[in-house]
Amino acid sequence: MLSQYSLPVKAMTASFEKTTEKTVEQTAAKHATAQGGLLPCLHEIQAELGYIPNDYLESIATAFSLSTAEVHGVVSFYHDFRTSPSAPQSIQICCAEACQASGSRELEAGVADVLGVEFDETHPTHNYHLERVYCLGNCACGPSVRINDDVYGRVDLASLPHLVSEAVQS
Amino acid sequence: MTIRVYISQDTTAVSVGAERVAEAFVQAARDADLPLTLVRNGSRGAFGLEPLIEIEMGTQGRLAFGPVSVADVPSLVTAITDGEYERHSNYLGPVNDIPWLGNQTRITFKRCGEGDPADFANYRALGGYRGLERALTLSPQAIVDEIKVSGLRGRGGAAFPTGIKWQTVLDAQGEQKYIVCNADEGDSGTFADRLLMEADPYQLIEGMTISGLAVGATKGFIYLRSEYPRAQRMLERAIDVAMAEGYLGADLCGSGQRFELEVRMGAGSYICGEETALLNSLEGKRGVVRAKPPLPAIEGLFGKPTVVNNVLTLASVSSILAHGGAEYARHGVDRSKGTMPLQLAGNIKNGGLIEVPFGVSLNKVINEWGGGTRSGRPVRAVQVGGPLGAYLSSDQLDVPLTYEALAELGGMLGHGGIVVFDDTVDMAKQAHFAMDFCAKESCGKCTPCRIGAVRGREVLDKVVDSTASSNDLILLRDLCETMEQASLCAMGGLTPLPVKSAMDNFPEDFGVTDNQYEVAV
Repeated sequence: MLSQYSLPVKAMTASFEKTTEKTVEQTAAKHATAQGGLLPCLHEIQAELGYIPNDYLESIATAFSLSTAEVHGVVSFYHDFRTSPSAPQSIQICCAEACQASGSRELEAGVADVLGVEFDETHPTHNYHLERVYCLGNCACGPSVRINDDVYGRVDLASLPHLVSEAVQS
Repeated sequence: MTIRVYISQDTTAVSVGAERVAEAFVQAARDADLPLTLVRNGSRGAFGLEPLIEIEMGTQGRLAFGPVSVADVPSLVTAITDGEYERHSNYLGPVNDIPWLGNQTRITFKRCGEGDPADFANYRALGGYRGLERALTLSPQAIVDEIKVSGLRGRGGAAFPTGIKWQTVLDAQGEQKYIVCNADEGDSGTFADRLLMEADPYQLIEGMTISGLAVGATKGFIYLRSEYPRAQRMLERAIDVAMAEGYLGADLCGSGQRFELEVRMGAGSYICGEETALLNSLEGKRGVVRAKPPLPAIEGLFGKPTVVNNVLTLASVSSILAHGGAEYARHGVDRSKGTMPLQLAGNIKNGGLIEVPFGVSLNKVINEWGGGTRSGRPVRAVQVGGPLGAYLSSDQLDVPLTYEALAELGGMLGHGGIVVFDDTVDMAKQAHFAMDFCAKESCGKCTPCRIGAVRGREVLDKVVDSTASSNDLILLRDLCETMEQASLCAMGGLTPLPVKSAMDNFPEDFGVTDNQYEVAV
């Protein structure tokens, strides 16, 4: 499923690898001296590369004077961090209580049918990843959906496909 | 005549179309040759009225129109140019006369919606930074005493007296101390922190600075959840401005005192809202809960004495210092002093932020402010206090909203989230979700939470599938007791609250047939 988005894996030419390595090393060096700089460092690497490559955990660890296992422990603890490439865009459906109360259970159950993609997968033709999220802080106007950085309220199965086709850049 | 038009840039307002309405309004005004100044303000929290447009014309105060859709905009602009706006279907009257807003007691949220949230001069004009200016003339002990007099208790959920926490940090020895703002507002049904950070960021910055002066801390961190990108942008902008204005940095208002502030982003972990997990996360580690003692006030961030307070607690400090602790303590009842920002959410007609003195009844909030369910069906269950709060039944809604009264009902007020469900809700599914969520989000440090939540979910799988026996429910209760008594933090300790309250208040949804149980055995 991910093959078409796996440019960093497939086309990992020597020069690409070098750029990636440089990005990781520079970012790690920048944050290593800050207090508690590992999370900001991981956020920045993911923002740059789209994910945090497992191959470079060691160089991050070296910069922070940590073991690779410790860095892996941090990366794997947080839902936001990914160690494999993902689609550049994301759709998050809020499945927490306040949205459940206003209809997100129906949205959760029917979303695969109306969008043609399952949760935690990338759409086969469009450039986005579908995920569950637990609270977007939009609880008075649920069900809520976040597409990239924008939150939409009072979304239902009827309005979702149109919303997605408008907001997702193909 | 140039009119001033206010349209909110708040997440919720934008989620229901404020951005498109603003664009349409500017376009329609241009077409009608109506000169205007557009201000993207924060939201007042009346989310049932968003997108809300406020218009200032000539000497009149602000007139409100809402909820405005893109389709309403052309007729609204015509009505304004013709002077016939009072007859427009969106017309709500002067904004201050809207009962939904007027019936509140706004202290912490009084500035929200008044103007561009990042406008420093506007914040000062609306009384901002008077608290800090007064604090700069006081001794650290005098600031802490003022907070003690106010009776302020932590608004994050645990309701610990803020003055006592600060006193502990003030008394602790340490060259470096920290102020940490818990802005990891992960509880479903709560959005007060987000609203405040997006609508009045300087108030939080001011409160944290005062807190730094009170305990002798020179560095503060705001730990913000990554689900709040708008709040992040707003806070970072405001911090930059406050630095440039001399209200943050090495020389606060020329006093020689120092306070620096940084926003740090979480990474999608619910447990990081727990204060010790949050501290580990800030240190760059896994968000695993720490055992207490030592208290964070003694050994907190990087092992140093640390104040960890919620957004609303720290923001409240600004007005407490500006107007005095006694003035704040005039509001509220018993040991629940001051005002509580309630967040009305879920299946509700007019949801939003309602800041009222403690003691208002839940019924009044749901029916008078909320206008009942959005679906129009009867209220069946209300979860108060976030995902770890109890599910109350419709005959318990007379409860006054105070820390004590909710505790007496076996629930908690928490961060003030109120999630309303109509009669289509299946309470066994809600109990199942509570255990499932705990299983997903447990940090894994203690066994009762890590294993208990998984076992709890397994039992509730059977309840949801109608294959549970009465023994299963006995087992579930036993498990809940173990989690309550033996978990390290509130996540494992309180997950049983929604589960048990659902079982107690809605037993009909947990029907068991022992026959099936015997067949299974």
